[in-house]
Amino acid sequence: MNLSYLFDAAHWSLTADGSIPQLILSHVWYVVLALIIGTIIALPVGLYIGHTGRGSFLAINAGNAGRSLPTLGLLMLMVTLLGLGLTPVLIALTVLVIPPILTSAYAGMRTLDHRVVDAARGMGMRPWQVLFKVELPMALPVMMSGFRSAALQVVATATVAAAVGLNGLGRLLIDGLAVNDYSRVLAGAIVVAVLAVVLDLILALAQRWIVSPGLR
Amino acid sequence: MITFDDVVKVYPGGSTAVDHLSLELPTGKTTVFVGPSGCGKTTSLRMINRMINPTSGRILIDGQDVAGQDDALLRRKIGYVIQHAGLFPHRTVLDNVATVPMLLGKSRKEARTAALGLLERVGLSAEFASRYPAQLSGGQQQRVGVARALAADPPVMLMDEPFSAVDPVVREGLHREFLRLQKDLGKTIAMVTHDIDEAIKLGDVVVILRQGGKLAQIGTPQELLDHPADEFVAEFVGRDRGLRSLSFDTAAGLPVRPLTADLLLDEAGRPVSWGDGEPTGGTFTVEDSLRLVTDLAITSPVGIAVRVDANGKADGLVPHHDLVDHLAERRAAK
Repeated sequence: MNLSYLFDAAHWSLTADGSIPQLILSHVWYVVLALIIGTIIALPVGLYIGHTGRGSFLAINAGNAGRSLPTLGLLMLMVTLLGLGLTPVLIALTVLVIPPILTSAYAGMRTLDHRVVDAARGMGMRPWQVLFKVELPMALPVMMSGFRSAALQVVATATVAAAVGLNGLGRLLIDGLAVNDYSRVLAGAIVVAVLAVVLDLILALAQRWIVSPGLR
Repeated sequence: MITFDDVVKVYPGGSTAVDHLSLELPTGKTTVFVGPSGCGKTTSLRMINRMINPTSGRILIDGQDVAGQDDALLRRKIGYVIQHAGLFPHRTVLDNVATVPMLLGKSRKEARTAALGLLERVGLSAEFASRYPAQLSGGQQQRVGVARALAADPPVMLMDEPFSAVDPVVREGLHREFLRLQKDLGKTIAMVTHDIDEAIKLGDVVVILRQGGKLAQIGTPQELLDHPADEFVAEFVGRDRGLRSLSFDTAAGLPVRPLTADLLLDEAGRPVSWGDGEPTGGTFTVEDSLRLVTDLAITSPVGIAVRVDANGKADGLVPHHDLVDHLAERRAAK
């Protein structure tokens, strides 16, 4: 096992099919899609449950259920039901990101200082103003930590896309294993790890930018 | 004027928080609701700005029933101060204070300029403007809370235990500033506290409630101290109520005796000490309270309180037997 595959300039061509940059691009594409769809589904549900306190049973158990669900198994089930393509992959990855986003949105809203919310109402903010001007900004640090953990999980897990014929960095792992090219497997593992670190760094910067300094 | 007209609040589950309460909070005065926990004082306060709606009865502000009004618009006209201040942690001090003017449609710039003036008004320098609440002490946070409630210049202010989360020394300072501000502003204030001493110190009118939300007595602090309506009120205002009642009478009517040679003066006529070197232990003016005079007479080594004029020049003596006679006459006159 060595780093020859990783450091071979030919594998970094921007135009060649299956080159590392192209695999990174498709990998990031799956990650971003899963995060967007997952956020659209999980965020409103988590906020609603956290805001009203109704259905907190669901929020707490979604976290545990989601963690115990094997993504690869779910992917195979979806492929069996829906056939090959992007959809089954996105479903499997979205199911993975929903629990941390939902649970953290719920937790962020639940742990708000109710006195501050009371003050906001008492000063004459309407319910939607309380939500957007007070509750959401205050819950943001907790919500962001859930989103970052979802992003890290999905970056690592999006490699399963290659198991059902799609691209992404999983190609390096699966193809490398198939032909006993461990240098390629190692390159895949390293690039996925670096990608995860870089993504988390970007999200950390975004968090610094959108979370008020008063909450740090 | 805020009017409670036969107001009842029964919570789901059947517990009565406020029981047929009828009273009036005079315009421009501070009315303090006080009582043991479970007496419905906070519920009463929160019904004024409709944070809680009464089960029956009406609450009117200057004759207008609050029940018919839009919640949010009503609340923007009423200053709201709560325990621990409840500041927005994600907004700077300045933007906290600017909140209500901005809700009312003022531009950010206008609201911030006004907010800066208000910070000064509550005794915070401009350097606090850009800080976040977490960077302030409890007392400073409460000042910002008061500035925030005053920002839109509302005629009515609600204050729910505003000073109970700070230590006694800081509270003392906040009390002084509160009285100074209220003297300038003359807001119609409804305040809640569990501390009878605070109620007596800050209230023009004190409302004492008993468990189950029943009115025990309403009156000026001195009325409550001198003429408690029943055992409960007498017990609640405390054992030394006679002495505390003296805080509300000035020394203006107190007869004084001429100075004697025993009191040594400096060249400006200010008292220095008694002839045998004993300290005078402090002086009073006609504007000070009878309570202070009593204290001076008791603690003076010779049993005599020394009165001075506005320039600090000694102008009379009150031996404590004269004071006792005066208190007896005062008692007979009531």
